[in-house]
Amino acid sequence: MANFEPILSKYFNTPESWTLKQYRSRGGHYGYATAKKAITEFEPKALVEEVKKSNLRGRGGAGFPAGVKWSFLPENGKPRYLAVNADESEPGTFKDREIMAKDPHNLLESIICACWAIQSHHAYVFIRGEFTREAKRLQAAIDECYAEGILGKDVLGLGKNFELDVTVITGAGAYICGEETGLLSAAEGRRAYPKIKPPFPAVEGYFRYPTIINNVETIQCVMHIIAHGADWFRGIGPESGPGPKLFCVSGHVQKPGLYEVALGTTLREIIDMAGGPIGNIKGVIPGGSSMPIMTPDQLDTPADFDSIRAAGSFLGSAGMIVFNDETCIVNALLNLARFYHHESCGQCTPCREGLGWLEKLCHRIEFGHGKEGDVDLMDEVSVMIKGRTICFLADSLIMPVQSYIAKFREEFEYHITQKRCMTDTEAGKFKAIEDMAVTA
Amino acid sequence: MTTETANTTLKPETMQAITALTKRFPQPDGALLTALRIAEREVGFINPHVCEQVAEAIGMAPAKVWGVVSFYSTFRRDTDGKYIVYVCSTLPCALRGSERVFDHLAGKLGIKNGQTTPDGKFTLRKAECLGSCGTAPCLQVNQDEYYEGLSLQMVDEIIEDLGNDKCPARHHTV
Ligand SMILES: Cc1cc2nc3c(=O)[nH]c(=O)nc-3n(C[C@H](O)[C@H](O)[C@H](O)COP(=O)(O)O)c2cc1C
Ligand code: SF4
Repeated sequence: MANFEPILSKYFNTPESWTLKQYRSRGGHYGYATAKKAITEFEPKALVEEVKKSNLRGRGGAGFPAGVKWSFLPENGKPRYLAVNADESEPGTFKDREIMAKDPHNLLESIICACWAIQSHHAYVFIRGEFTREAKRLQAAIDECYAEGILGKDVLGLGKNFELDVTVITGAGAYICGEETGLLSAAEGRRAYPKIKPPFPAVEGYFRYPTIINNVETIQCVMHIIAHGADWFRGIGPESGPGPKLFCVSGHVQKPGLYEVALGTTLREIIDMAGGPIGNIKGVIPGGSSMPIMTPDQLDTPADFDSIRAAGSFLGSAGMIVFNDETCIVNALLNLARFYHHESCGQCTPCREGLGWLEKLCHRIEFGHGKEGDVDLMDEVSVMIKGRTICFLADSLIMPVQSYIAKFREEFEYHITQKRCMTDTEAGKFKAIEDMAVTA
Repeated sequence: MTTETANTTLKPETMQAITALTKRFPQPDGALLTALRIAEREVGFINPHVCEQVAEAIGMAPAKVWGVVSFYSTFRRDTDGKYIVYVCSTLPCALRGSERVFDHLAGKLGIKNGQTTPDGKFTLRKAECLGSCGTAPCLQVNQDEYYEGLSLQMVDEIIEDLGNDKCPARHHTV
């Protein structure tokens, strides 16, 4: 795998890679040649089929096949929308911001292809509010496209009667905007409350119009699939969930950062690319902070949708967080419990209240006030929350809670009986987290 | 930047720009988050008066707009300092020492999480994941520049520059 040629991040380090001039100067299938090919050589339905055939699976978290999602759109003559999910707020994930900042035209070209396939005339890119630089870059690229007739009334001047607008919407600091229906609520000018499914957004989405929601990286893959063909894409990594993939490596590694590999590269190989661990690995979260933790004996697991799932976790957003053996698992879980509780939108009682209970339990165990039976209590509370809420935010904490307890139960028990931490971290380290957490 | 001194009336062209923006959405309300950002940039913060004007430009009920503003965590309020320093505190940053960055800042500025310095210059806030986990620890000033891969020395330099209203030199540039 070491000789894998980057596809998605190929131009990230090229000077001015975000300008139309540079994008055009690449030649080949870049410079909107692929969008032209898509519109002139493919019927929209054939394009959906091509993406289906490629087995492209969603890069936002759930890994749902993109082409299959697109084929759920009803034929009812209503306007359709594409919503590109650039909220990127799952802890450990930082890939979409690089795509938008460093190759916005590549993303826009893919948006044009996707919109042609699903016959949408307006794409909305929902970017988290903190990404000011990224939003500016993307907006500048959009402006260039309008000025050059790439977007607008007649896309690329092809006379195909294909009109397309792209609009950026900026968020304002709420993780729940990343959940697809929360995103739609936010984009409708409301609180980012997720909605009960069904109806699924493909049937009834943005302002109740049929809407396809895809992650930035999922969309970016589309133009490459069209340029090189579905078979080429399926040939990269495992057939059931193939393609190039941006892995975000953070935590205790020598060189944290973004690494592009073929899906199916092992966790160990990816960690090695990131310079190897700092110290000894205690655990790895493979797909963003909400995913179950994996242990050092599982490092040879191929990082792809099905292999990670078979190993008891999920590829999620490919945010790999590495813990070394100096990490206190209780402390780590407390940090996550605080995060998810803070980000609960408050609609469902099990999430709003239950995540708070879990945070309090973690807090008291961490700070030496844990009682016998608290670990079982955490487990019981988790069972009561799981699957009983509108969206998956609540489960996003339940997965770490259950997996950390299952794999590191003795650390929780040690905290309760010994009133201190099993790892040798400086006592001062916990203070800052303490004043942020709710006090029980 | 206090309410008494700040002019919170949006320019007529801003009102028009917001109304024009509504045309880009299936229904006008879709423009709300973007419009609030535009208004915030112009006035410097969001308060009920700003909400009323945005509501008018879009054609929404002011109470609904305020309800939206209060849901999100990063709209600036008139009580915020000139520079809001958001220190990421979520797990990936915590694993790389973000609490030390925060403690250092709190000590240096003499304030706690959520507080503002008496001169109104700095507000210090712990933030949830800023999406900079590969360059942790990190902080963001207002909703603008990210400062990543921080050392305590860099933190000192950033605060000194901001204290002199200078744009700090060291930030993540691409
Ligand atoms: C709580 C929560 C947060 C999410 N955050 C994001 C996010 O920040 N970015 C993203 O692309 N998907 C996120 N998702 C997944 C989306 O709901 C959705 O599945 C995805 O955007 C679909 O795109 P894809 O099929 O291309 O992956 C989140 C899901 C949940 C439940
Ligand atoms: S599960 Fe939590 S975040 Fe999701 S809708 Fe319910 S309360 Fe909101």
